[in-house]
Amino acid sequence: MKAENTTKIQFDSLSVNEAYARGAAAAFLARYDPTVPQLADLKTAVSEAVTNCIVHAYPDCVGPIVMTVAVYPGRLVKITVADKGIGIPDIHKAMEPLFTTGNPEERSGLGFAVMQSFMDKVQVRSAPGRGTRVTLTKRLEEKPST
Amino acid sequence: MATVTFSAADDLLYAYLAGEIDHDSAQNLRIQLDDALLTRTPRTLVLDLGGVGFMDSSGVGLILGRQRCARSLGGTLRIQHAPEQLRRVLQLAGIACADEPGREGQEE
Repeated sequence: MKAENTTKIQFDSLSVNEAYARGAAAAFLARYDPTVPQLADLKTAVSEAVTNCIVHAYPDCVGPIVMTVAVYPGRLVKITVADKGIGIPDIHKAMEPLFTTGNPEERSGLGFAVMQSFMDKVQVRSAPGRGTRVTLTKRLEEKPST
Repeated sequence: MATVTFSAADDLLYAYLAGEIDHDSAQNLRIQLDDALLTRTPRTLVLDLGGVGFMDSSGVGLILGRQRCARSLGGTLRIQHAPEQLRRVLQLAGIACADEPGREGQEE
């Protein structure tokens, strides 16, 4: 299926770019009139995925993060967040709620749980030493027929 | 970008959070909240989330970390006025909001 509209941005893995990434995704999707809760869901999932790259993929350096947002027929939104960081050795473990390799005093370990709860589908592909790609999918509600 | 302003009443300390809470802004909030906890040692720290327009799981980490800090000082922590989007994130972590309909506030 061919996307109706796509955008792709690259930014550095700096925490100030968390707000930029979710804001850019929201701005791109605004013309599709998502409901306020759906837009909040999308922004939250993007924020989690990008934070994972900053905290976990590039723990000791700044690297590139590439985000693509695509809208497919039927108001299907697909967002990918990809890095070239250290990768995830055990994806199942990483996606378990409350599991974190970060500082347990400050990291909730709920990033993937939030993504899974707020999106229809979350796919993770990762290769140790090569990077990780998270694909977030959600179908927007139909626009009211007014 | 997020801010916090404090107001004290008896042995309660109210922290009014505003803006967007993510991994970036949580670092600064953590410093200010811990500083207030350590210097004022309130019986209850009330985090008022009424002015927060966005929060991801970094906010959960921030809240749970402050709860631990408050407890270690013999106090408690309470959440109030969380907007709908925040409640959904809080619910995933099992954190209750004091003014949530039909639920008791998280205070122990």
